[in-house]
Amino acid sequence: MTTAASTSGRHAAAEPDRRVFGGQPSTAPQKPDFEAIQDSAEFAELRRRLRRFVFPMTALFLVWYLTYVLLSAYAHAFMATQVFGLVNVGLLLGLAQFVSTVLITLAYNRFARRRIDPQVALIRAHAGVESK
Amino acid sequence: MRVLADGMATGNPLINLSVFVLFAAVTLYIVYRVSSGNVTASNYYAADGGFTGAQNGIALSGDFLSAASFLGIAGGIAVHGYDGFLYSVGWVVAWLVGLLLIGEMLRNTGRFTIGDVMAYRMRQRPVRAAAAISTLVISFFYMLAQMAGAGGLVALLLGIHDRLGQSLLIVVVGVIMIFYVLVGGMKGTTWVQIIKAVFLLLCCTLISVFLLGKFGFDFSAILDRATQNNKLGTSILGPGAQYGKNELDFVSLALTLVLGICSLPHVLMRFYTVPDAKQARRSLVWAIWTVFIFYLCTLVIGYGASALVGTDAILHAPGGENSAAPLLAFRIGGTVLLGVVSAAAFATILAVVAGLTLASSASFAHDVYANIIKRGKADPRREVRVARMTALVVGFCAIIGGIAANGQNVAFLVSLALALAASANLSTLLYSLFWKRFNTTGTLFSIYGGLGCCLVLIIFSPVLSGAPTSLIPSADFHWFPLSNPGLVSIPFSFLCGIVGTFVGGRKADNAAKQAEMEVRALTGIGYKL
Repeated sequence: MTTAASTSGRHAAAEPDRRVFGGQPSTAPQKPDFEAIQDSAEFAELRRRLRRFVFPMTALFLVWYLTYVLLSAYAHAFMATQVFGLVNVGLLLGLAQFVSTVLITLAYNRFARRRIDPQVALIRAHAGVESK
Repeated sequence: MRVLADGMATGNPLINLSVFVLFAAVTLYIVYRVSSGNVTASNYYAADGGFTGAQNGIALSGDFLSAASFLGIAGGIAVHGYDGFLYSVGWVVAWLVGLLLIGEMLRNTGRFTIGDVMAYRMRQRPVRAAAAISTLVISFFYMLAQMAGAGGLVALLLGIHDRLGQSLLIVVVGVIMIFYVLVGGMKGTTWVQIIKAVFLLLCCTLISVFLLGKFGFDFSAILDRATQNNKLGTSILGPGAQYGKNELDFVSLALTLVLGICSLPHVLMRFYTVPDAKQARRSLVWAIWTVFIFYLCTLVIGYGASALVGTDAILHAPGGENSAAPLLAFRIGGTVLLGVVSAAAFATILAVVAGLTLASSASFAHDVYANIIKRGKADPRREVRVARMTALVVGFCAIIGGIAANGQNVAFLVSLALALAASANLSTLLYSLFWKRFNTTGTLFSIYGGLGCCLVLIIFSPVLSGAPTSLIPSADFHWFPLSNPGLVSIPFSFLCGIVGTFVGGRKADNAAKQAEMEVRALTGIGYKL
C-alpha cells in the first residue's frame, strides 16, 4: 500500500526475459514489477479482452434501459397497449428488463470464467504470485 | 373510515412487538457470538475478507433492500400502479454497473473504503478528504431517510401515535444498531444483513405465491381486481399515473436509480468482505438473483394489495402508501403475518442503518484519521478505536436526526442520496479505474463538482421551495425545474473530471503508481490481506 515499496522491485525490467516480471516464484517479500507486467503482451491481452466485453455490454444495457425509460415517459399509449388479458406492453417490457439483466449477468459470468480467469492465472503465475 | 383503517393497521401491537423483540434478541446474540473482539482494522472494517460470495451477495442485496425499497415500492405499485414498478426496474438493472465495471476491480484495489481506490495513484491527503466528505454526506442523507421512516413504521405497526413514544422507539432502534456496529463490526453487521435478507425474501415469496394461488395463478385476474379497487382505475396498468406531468423529471430519476446504487459507499464497502475478485463477482451474481426475485414478488404484492385491501384503506391508514404491504399481510395472514412483516421492516431499517454507520465510521477513521491526520502511520488498534468512537457519534446523530425528521416528508432524501452518490462517486471511480491520464486535480474536480452541483440543484429545486409539496412551501426560490438533479449533475461530474485532468496537466511520477493500480485492479497481484 505504501508509495515507497512500489518502486523497490524494479530491477527485473532490465533483465532480458521480461516474462519473469521481477519475481521468482519463491521470493515473497519483493514487490512485483508492476510496470513490467503492465507492458507485457499477456496483460495487454487481458485488458483488451475485458474492455471489449464490458464497454459494449454496458453501452448495450444502458441504451436498452434508457429506451424503456423514454418509452415509459413519452409513449403512454403504446405502453398501455394490451397484449393478453390485462397485461400490457409496458409490463412486458419492464419484465424484459429483468430478464435481460439476468441474461447479461450469466453471459458475463461465463465470459469471465472462460476468458478472464485463465488469463489472470497466467499472469499471476508469470509474476510469481500463486493463484487461488 | 379512518378509525377502521387504524384498527386494521395496528392489528395486535403486542404480537408485532414480540416478533420484533425476538428478531432483535436473535440477531444481538448472533452478533455477540461471531464477534471475535475485532482488534484488527481488517477484521473490523472488512471481516478479514472471510465471507463467501454467496453470503456476501445476500448481504449486498440486504444492504440495498431498505424499508424504502420494500414498503415504498410495494406501496407505490399499490397506489400508482405501473409508475411504482419503474423503480423496481431501475434498481434491478443498476446492479449491472457493479458487476461489469466496479465490483471486482474495487475488490482488488481497495482495502476498507472507497477513498482507498480513489486515492490509490493520486495525492493521498486531498483526495482522501474529498472521498470522506462525499461518503459522509451521502450516508447522512441516506440515513436520515431511513430513520425518519422508522417513526412512521412505529405508528403503523405498534399503534404508538404520540410523539414521545415514537421518539423512544427510535432511540431503542438506534441503540440496538449501535450495538451491532460496535460489537460486531463488519462481521456482525453482515450476518444481520444476511438474516434480514433471507427473512424478507421468504416473507415476500410466500405472500406472493399465496396471492397468485388465491387468484388461480392468473396475474391478469389480480390486475383486474386491482383496477376495480383503485380510484385511478385502468390507468394504473400503464405509465403516467404518478409522473404523467413531468416526463423529464422521470427520466432524471430513472438515470439516478440505475447509476446510484453501485455508487453508494455502504454498498461498495461490501466488496471488501470477500477474499478475492472471483468471490466479488459471485456476490454480485447472487445479489442480482436475489433482487430479481424480490422485485418480481413486490410487483405481485403491490397489485395484490390494491386488489385485496383497496387504495382507500391504504391511503387512510397511518403511514399512507408505506402501509400497503403490512395491510395486505394482515388481510391474508392475520395478526401473525402482520407481525412477521413488521419485524422484517424493522429489521431492514436496523440493518441498513448499521451498514451506513459502519461505512461512515470506516471512512472517517481510515481516510481522515489514519491517512490524513496520521499520514498513514496510525496504530491499527487506535484506528479501530477511532472507528468505534465515530460509530457512536454517527449513531447518536442518526437518533437525533431520526427524531427531528420524524413525520416530515423525506422520501425524496433516498433519491437525493442516490443522485449525490452517482454524481460524486461513479465518475471518479470509473475514471480512476479505466482512464490512465486521470490525475489528482481531475479526481478533486469530479468529486467536488458532482457533489456541489447536485447539492446546489437540490436547494434550488421544487423539493425545497415553490410547490405545495415542498419542504418550505411558504417560500419560493426555485429556478431548477426538476426535483431530481441526476440528469444534469451526473454528466456534469464526468465533465468536471475531464476538465480537471487537463487543468492538472501531465505528471511523470504518476506512471509507476498507475501501472501498479491497473495491474492490481485486473489481476489482484500485490493485494495483501
